[in-house]
Amino acid sequence: MKQAKLKVATCSLAGCFGCHMSFLDMDEAIIPLIEKIEFDRSPLTDIKSLSDCDIGLIEGGLCNEENQEILHQFRRHCTILVAVGACAINGGVPAMRNHFSLQECLEESYIRGLGVVDPQIPNDPELPRLLDKVLPIQSAVMVDYFLPGCPPPAAAFLEIINAVLEGRPPQLDYPNRRFD
Amino acid sequence: MNRRVVIDPVTRVEGHGKVTLLVDENNQINEARLHIVEFRGFEKFIQGRPFWELPLVVQRLCGICPVSHHLAAAKAIDQIVGVDQLTEGALALRKLMHFGQVLQSHALHFFHLAAPDLVFGFDSDIARRNIVALIQNHQTLALQGVRIRKFGQQIIEAVSGKRIHGIAAVPGGMNAPLSADKITPFKAQVDDIIEWCEATIATIKTLFLSHRDYHEAFGATESNFMALSGEKGQLELYHGDLRIIDRRGNEIRRQPSDQYRALLSEQVKSWSYMKFPYLSHLTPETGWYRVGPLARINVCRYIDTPRAERCRQDFVSTLGAPAHSPLAYHWARMIEALHCAEAIKNLLHNPALLSNDLLGQGTRQQQGIGVIEAPRGTLIHHYEINGQDQVTMANLIVSTTNNNQAMNESIRKVAQQHLTGKELTPELLNLIEVVIRAYDPCLSCATHAAGKMPLRLELQTSDGKIHSALQRNSDGRLHNAG
Ligand code: SF4
Repeated sequence: MKQAKLKVATCSLAGCFGCHMSFLDMDEAIIPLIEKIEFDRSPLTDIKSLSDCDIGLIEGGLCNEENQEILHQFRRHCTILVAVGACAINGGVPAMRNHFSLQECLEESYIRGLGVVDPQIPNDPELPRLLDKVLPIQSAVMVDYFLPGCPPPAAAFLEIINAVLEGRPPQLDYPNRRFD
Repeated sequence: MNRRVVIDPVTRVEGHGKVTLLVDENNQINEARLHIVEFRGFEKFIQGRPFWELPLVVQRLCGICPVSHHLAAAKAIDQIVGVDQLTEGALALRKLMHFGQVLQSHALHFFHLAAPDLVFGFDSDIARRNIVALIQNHQTLALQGVRIRKFGQQIIEAVSGKRIHGIAAVPGGMNAPLSADKITPFKAQVDDIIEWCEATIATIKTLFLSHRDYHEAFGATESNFMALSGEKGQLELYHGDLRIIDRRGNEIRRQPSDQYRALLSEQVKSWSYMKFPYLSHLTPETGWYRVGPLARINVCRYIDTPRAERCRQDFVSTLGAPAHSPLAYHWARMIEALHCAEAIKNLLHNPALLSNDLLGQGTRQQQGIGVIEAPRGTLIHHYEINGQDQVTMANLIVSTTNNNQAMNESIRKVAQQHLTGKELTPELLNLIEVVIRAYDPCLSCATHAAGKMPLRLELQTSDGKIHSALQRNSDGRLHNAG
């Protein structure tokens, strides 16, 4: 009997997509991999809403209320939740705005910016409310694994997926566990 | 009574964007609004940081084209340390990594992102329209895409130490040369890459012409175009003047790129975190313009590598100049990929890549402006510093921002062409995705990246009441959610 494929969902919150790109940096190894896993909701597919998954990979921290909502959805639906990369783990570069007030940051871009016409801070109801600080995801949910790096190397993604497939703890040694 | 139609790509769920259509009583679409819901605040939070950090920090705005941000910032800080002219070695290394970057990003954009639409059809089963299905059903094509991207990423890694967010550029130059043994494997592979890029152009041409009228009219909107331009008007990705042509192809401005402020203004609108740049001598309504592969192919007079130039001539004689169809972006994109592969081949034989003479020196300046052609279009970085080397001002106009109004116009056009009455159809959902993907909004500046944008479509009255909604589910099926 053919074994059921491992279901993997991914999303990018306040991140740069570099972690997703690093996942694709496994290159040709994606071909045998898609024999063993299938993607659920992910920027790699057209699938919108999340169903129950084995692994959820979260790139990026929390910078607005929508990020929080998605993160909780992922926690509810994923057996194993992985914080992928510096942004998810400690806020990363987006969290550099925590040194300033949100208002100062908005004013710099939309009021005081060079060459700005019709200065105003965007406030349409279609825009989700920004959080005062950018936060790591473990501030809001329980996280099962942390994959450090900016971004983590492709081999680290493969290791965590293979470990889950084989039912063993992941083994992340240098250079796959690195922080740059 | 005005109605609003809200199209909510999971970008909302990804936190990146959604679309509202404003409809009048005759069901005519007055306006399309692509809401960008991401805000980072870079211009503020970089203040106080030492300027040499810029290339490292700012590339983390976009993991799809980090090298473009790395190099735009590097060009700006070259000026701060007073270096106008890089050493031959530093310039060769920077160009090599930049060509590698445009090549890998174009491969990602076309093969991983857009090809499934074109190969399977805009209205094919969405469960299949993704890279996984492309690998399963068209393994040769998909594998070539994976390998072209890999080649570009490996070039970047050879120069900067990492495929994503490496360290290479320093103020006034580069930090290390290449070694001969690193170059050898690329020399062995580059001819295949060139072949595959050229073959892909032929595939795109065939697909495009198979429904020519439909593809050409799809979301088509006439506009001005802006791109860097080489001295003789050749396609230029690293450095040149800003050249702007109007909708008929006439040059309306040509200026050194550090004078961008004389050319461009940015309008703020309440409904998007992305600003709306336009040509300052015109109005926001008439002065918007497009950037990116289509703009560059339209703006350039020729390409200085032979195979890409032949393909450009074929493109121009088939579609006319300037070409306006958004779907022609994909065709132009792969012509550029071919150009990058050819340019990489030439550079691999340049002994300057091995030179240790990598740093220039000059007289200290208070500001720097770096402009580069990123994969998705002109990218502008502008910084000022104080006497303690700290950044005091940052102004960034990223590629996708330059295309902001263009994306709104093309979405409006597609909706006009395909929204019939009050009927929200799955087809309309798909088609709006397709046209956004032609530009590939690097919304954050990356957004749906490798992605497909699932949608939620809402029909609203002007007071915001939802009449009906259509939503795509996790099994890929559509259902009425209203
Ligand atoms: S951890 Fe690094 S690569 Fe990943 S999203 Fe954050 S900045 Fe990008």
